[in-house]
Amino acid sequence: MTSTVSRPAAGAQKQPLPLDVEAIRADFPILSRTVRDGRRLVYLDSGATSQKPRSVLDAERDFYENHNAAPHRGAHQLAEEATGLYEAARATIAGFIGAAVEEVVFTRNTTDAVNTVAYALSNAATAKEPSFRRYAVGQGDEIVVTEMEHHANLVPWQQLCERTGATLRWLGLTDDGRLDLSDLSTVVNERTKLVAVTQQSNILGTINPLEPIVARAREVGALVLVDGAQSVPHQPVDVTALGADFLVFSGHKMLGPTGVGVLWGRYEVLDALPPFLTGGSMIEVVRMEGSTFMPPPQRFEAGVPMTAQVVGLGAAVEYLQALGMANVQAHEEALTAYALEQLQAIPGVTVIGPPDTVARGGAVSFTVEGIHPHDVGQVLDDLGIAVRVGHHCAWPVVRRYGVPATTRATFYVHTGYDDVDALVEGVRAAQRFFGVTPEEATA
Amino acid sequence: MQLQSMYQEIILDHYRNPHGRGLRDPYEAEVHHVNPTCGDEVTLRVHLDGDTIADVSYEGMGCSISQASVSAMYDLVVGRPVTDALATGEHFMTLMQSKGDPAVAEELEDELEDAVAFAGVSKYPARIKCALMSWMALKDASARALAAAPTGGQA
Repeated sequence: MTSTVSRPAAGAQKQPLPLDVEAIRADFPILSRTVRDGRRLVYLDSGATSQKPRSVLDAERDFYENHNAAPHRGAHQLAEEATGLYEAARATIAGFIGAAVEEVVFTRNTTDAVNTVAYALSNAATAKEPSFRRYAVGQGDEIVVTEMEHHANLVPWQQLCERTGATLRWLGLTDDGRLDLSDLSTVVNERTKLVAVTQQSNILGTINPLEPIVARAREVGALVLVDGAQSVPHQPVDVTALGADFLVFSGHKMLGPTGVGVLWGRYEVLDALPPFLTGGSMIEVVRMEGSTFMPPPQRFEAGVPMTAQVVGLGAAVEYLQALGMANVQAHEEALTAYALEQLQAIPGVTVIGPPDTVARGGAVSFTVEGIHPHDVGQVLDDLGIAVRVGHHCAWPVVRRYGVPATTRATFYVHTGYDDVDALVEGVRAAQRFFGVTPEEATA
Repeated sequence: MQLQSMYQEIILDHYRNPHGRGLRDPYEAEVHHVNPTCGDEVTLRVHLDGDTIADVSYEGMGCSISQASVSAMYDLVVGRPVTDALATGEHFMTLMQSKGDPAVAEELEDELEDAVAFAGVSKYPARIKCALMSWMALKDASARALAAAPTGGQA
């Protein structure tokens, strides 16, 4: 045996899945195509971007075919309909996360949402209006992130610190893939202006305990931004229960179109922030000498928005609501338990991240001894299995665990045990192909 | 399986038993190149004797394609004038852009020796940069070494 932490396979535990995989697959046109010489598409890369059900595609098409106009402009019938659909989608999405409608800002994606907040905090320092200066970040202030963050929730904060002279600090990781909160009370202190933390790691799968972090931030008067890119698509998330100030997520990772994401902010906080992007739609009065801005959410939605995509995201949310987010979470947890058990039973395979399903979502990263993740991914691709390989836009995480990269499988509503079985067999095939099969399969 | 078209036995041989691996002295230039999409890295040194590449030494980590490519490149360029080595690099670039066209591989076979085995990689756009990383590093290091050399012109 190798030195991996693999545990014996306890007879292939397959809990009944809460979701009807075959019925769901029929809703996703792309899943009926084949790849690489006629193989069934085994799509295990939803963590990068999810596939789209027909209802989302239909909603976008219907918008363009029947209602297309710029919302919040013009008095004609199409403009009214477009505005109605755009705002109805906002209401649907707000309801999905337990938010008030005016607290939901549409952005391009999670990255855009994080930057909107980061630039608002530096713009606050130079804002003409005193009301916009409340959350200004400057010299002597501190921003706290974690070593687990996706680059999208790390680089904008590094840049904010470079612009303002603030200091970036971070919470580290434990060897088993969890946040190390032992120094929480010193890292988050009276100088901290904002704590940015992911709710679920895109690479380790870890679901973070946000309560102590939010509580500590409250003690010192810091804002909290939660990266929900990998949590909102996969588990019930309610902003009231979260207790944070911001929640950011992307539509394309939750069955919706690309080009639309969400910045949720507590209204009181949003209302005290200056805009990031400025231009049309977000203004109140414009004179040559200067301009005033709309209240949230319009203040943060400059330009004609991605209307069809917002409508598509609304349809995606309705699709997820019909399945039930608790069911989605339970479904992925069952698949994750099975995948962890099966993968860790393969000699030479090491899971990077929590080895069991305790506080863990459906992103399973692993290494295969003697084979670079790119090469693992190539063999899997040849078998029709789509996974992500590389550093997953979380370079500090792979560095922390001493590996150059990993292979990552991520699960979603259309994933079944057959997909996991294909993955496991594919990993064994890679070991055979590269001649690094430890014991057993050499027989 | 189409895998064999990319993972030619020659490539796997270079991967398992790389030629010229390790960082050596002396050298006139050292560069570090990374592939930001996947994290592959190579540190590469060039030692010149006049206008001739006397040694290329390297350390790196990455996939089989990137590691085999630097090994095959070592065989092709050591002992040759810099201009010839870089011309070979251009031919390798042509091969990588060939989208698997066998005519291109055939034409370049004599010039590229073992490196022609990478023809199959040109069918996989995501992997081409893996094969090219070491050649980009060589081009960079050679230019720096020439600039640094006493006979190499104005430093």
